[in-house]
Amino acid sequence: MTPRDLHPGAWWIWALGLATSASATTNPFILVLIVLAAVAVVIARRTEAPWALSFRLYVYLALLIITVRVAFRIVFGGIDDGVVLFSLPQIPLPDLAAGIQLLGPVTRTDVLGGLYDGMRLAAIVLCIGAANTLANPRRLLASLPPALYELGTAIVVALSVFPQLAESVVRVRRARTLRGDPGRGIGALRRIVVPVMEDALDRSMALAAGMDARGYGRAGTATRGERRTTGLLMLGGLVGLCIGVYALLDQTAPRWLVLPFLIGGVVIAAVGLVSAGRRVQRTRYRPDPWRAAEFATMACGVAIAAVLLTTSVGVAYPWPDDLPQLSIPLLLAVAVAAAPAFVTPPPVLDAGSAS
Amino acid sequence: MIELRNLSFTHDGAAEPVLRDVDLSIDEGELVLVAGRTGSGKSTLLGTINGLTPHFTGGTLSGEVLVAGRSIRDRAPRDLADLVGYVGQDPLAGFVTEVVEDELAYGMEQLGLDPGTMRRRVEETLDLLGIADLRSRALRTLSGGQQQRVAIGAVLAMHPRVLVLDEPTSALDPIAAEDVLGTLARLVDDLGITVIVAEHRMERVIPFADRLVLIEDGRVRDGEPQHVLVDAPVAPPLIHLGRLLDWDPLPLSVREARRRARDLAQFAPPVAAVPDLGDVVLNVAGVTVRYGSTVAVREVDLQVRSGEVLALMGRNGSGKSSLLWAVQGAGRRAAGTVQVDGVDPATGRAATARALVGLVPQTASDLLYLETVAAECATADQQAKATAGACRTWLDRLAPGLPDDRHPRDLSEGQRLALVLAIVLTSRPRVIALDEPTRGLDYAGKHQLAQIVRTLTADGHAVVLATHDVEFVAQIADRVAVLAEGEVVSAGAAADVLAESPAFAPQVTKVLGAPWLTVDQVAAAISTGRAS
Repeated sequence: MTPRDLHPGAWWIWALGLATSASATTNPFILVLIVLAAVAVVIARRTEAPWALSFRLYVYLALLIITVRVAFRIVFGGIDDGVVLFSLPQIPLPDLAAGIQLLGPVTRTDVLGGLYDGMRLAAIVLCIGAANTLANPRRLLASLPPALYELGTAIVVALSVFPQLAESVVRVRRARTLRGDPGRGIGALRRIVVPVMEDALDRSMALAAGMDARGYGRAGTATRGERRTTGLLMLGGLVGLCIGVYALLDQTAPRWLVLPFLIGGVVIAAVGLVSAGRRVQRTRYRPDPWRAAEFATMACGVAIAAVLLTTSVGVAYPWPDDLPQLSIPLLLAVAVAAAPAFVTPPPVLDAGSAS
Repeated sequence: MIELRNLSFTHDGAAEPVLRDVDLSIDEGELVLVAGRTGSGKSTLLGTINGLTPHFTGGTLSGEVLVAGRSIRDRAPRDLADLVGYVGQDPLAGFVTEVVEDELAYGMEQLGLDPGTMRRRVEETLDLLGIADLRSRALRTLSGGQQQRVAIGAVLAMHPRVLVLDEPTSALDPIAAEDVLGTLARLVDDLGITVIVAEHRMERVIPFADRLVLIEDGRVRDGEPQHVLVDAPVAPPLIHLGRLLDWDPLPLSVREARRRARDLAQFAPPVAAVPDLGDVVLNVAGVTVRYGSTVAVREVDLQVRSGEVLALMGRNGSGKSSLLWAVQGAGRRAAGTVQVDGVDPATGRAATARALVGLVPQTASDLLYLETVAAECATADQQAKATAGACRTWLDRLAPGLPDDRHPRDLSEGQRLALVLAIVLTSRPRVIALDEPTRGLDYAGKHQLAQIVRTLTADGHAVVLATHDVEFVAQIADRVAVLAEGEVVSAGAAADVLAESPAFAPQVTKVLGAPWLTVDQVAAAISTGRAS
């Protein structure tokens, strides 16, 4: 296939599908397989851009999560029956903390339970990390629907402000040594904050003037009526979504509220977004196309999520003392999840490329 | 193309208007230079052309502004984006995206051009400005001159008919400035675009300018540069030379002046004044500064004597600032020794270092954080453990008559520099280091700064300054060291070093040849010639 960058939205849907499936199981074999699928795709399809080199950090974070989870189970125990692996001297606690046990006998159930739990969270983190590694976060923001464009711009600007702020803090701190003892407490803070804030304000004014002069926020051609329609649609959609989510979470609410309100809310909000976007005269430079490869990638993520969500409880959540089970459909689903490693076009490898 | 009719502008809360009854008409395809003292309203005038004044700045505008035959008084800058391109003072502050290519496309996205047109224009703009090899680079990693060219390209891609630039070369070294100005001149030639430039360093723009607009006390004069410059209060050395020698018309380029200067050979060339120098105060040996794997300064040796001014020159990023910070002791130093009267500033406490080397950083206002001039001075006295009023005394010597209750941000660029210098001097350092002190100063401001530096050297201080400003160096420096990639590539007496480098030669040297440096020298030669 001709090398090109896949639409960032496709990578995110695929990764969220994997994360959803990881969240629906504590079966260590399935979790390992899901992580392997994610890693295989990352290795096959990542670029050399700065954000693509961050995957290692997610791996460290995942290992840390597992370690902490297991350590907590060892320290606080929890399940007393089962095979005792080793015993630690128990620390007696006052009656106030009844029910909490510090150290003491450590059972296999405890350790494996902590391990499975940690693995589930670690797998979710790695799936999100895979999305971040494969998709340029800025391109994702640029792919927002036109009505949300301003929001995307605001986020992009905010993201670029942070390194600038850090730079001016370093500069001002260094300059401070040129003028006498720094002092302590509020006074010292002020000596840094005042020049940094002045600097940030000047920069924002310059940026706002520059954006204004380059046509940012040119007036659309919407009439008052159109604006009112858009507003009503957005508001209606939000209210519908709220009722739907409430009904979903509150078990005492009537069940028939859930689906119609959720779906209706989403549809009305989507119509509102489209109607708001129609009067935006903006266009996009080199938009990422959405083609067969994007559909395939998305389908792979959705497929594994669907399979995991319908897996029987016994397979998905094995009791730590039993040997976890696997099934043919599960193996097939994981194979499908790893398919983007070869069904997608390879990325454009251009050292120093950032777009 | 542009017509200002009876235009006046008053800032909110100001009693006097900044611009008064301005009548100006600019034809299509002209390159116009707007000049005037700092704070005379150059930026305000530029802003009226695309609506930033008053839509963005506030204030009251009266009169009429016509661009391409249409009144734009009630139109916001964003609605004029396809007509007037505006490039602000600091290109980096105005960038919206991260990458060169996206930045070029940003304005067109706002205009709603179709993707095919955008794609074509981005490629054309990349070629037009000679930045095709930078297309996928991150904007923050570019050099100052490259950033400025990307900023110009980003507005040019919208195909405006007028291009407005506010101080496009003030932060650039001479070579990068010439690149940017050459690009502008080519745009005027090739595209017939109307360009309006405000610039302090007029010597850089005058050779390209068709017309000069001069702002004085809110009034505006305009005309051919030769005519307006005859009595303009701001003028580059070349014009001063022409005025001194009664050349008519005034020479606008070095080449013109050189042809006229043949009969000047009769004057005795200036004798390099041997300044009354004391002992070596600052001794720098083998200083190296590293940031990770990049070497900013490599094994630099320097000596500065009491009463001497050493100028460090070189491209942006050649290590001038790093060297100054290393000398002060607050910056890093990987190797080498720095001694001020035999003491290393980096070894003792920060207070000791301040008493040895006083550094005024590039963004001098980083040192200021209080509400009034008086409070800043009082705090400086405490911090330096000096007698009360020491800082104020320095300030009165450097910039007499600054009101105590003024907010430091309301001071002019030159006054703020004087305040920071006074604060630094309160610690009574032997060596004064100035990093790009002429930034934002007009000719009068630079003249005042030169006076200040002479005051300091007369007191026996040693002065080291890093600057791009060739003409300022010609005025003030005894010795010059040129840095390239962190190494000293040439060093010696100012007249020798400046004259032998094509990039750093001041205008008078270019016209008359070495060892002439300044108009003052020519004036002195003439008066002695007449006397004898």
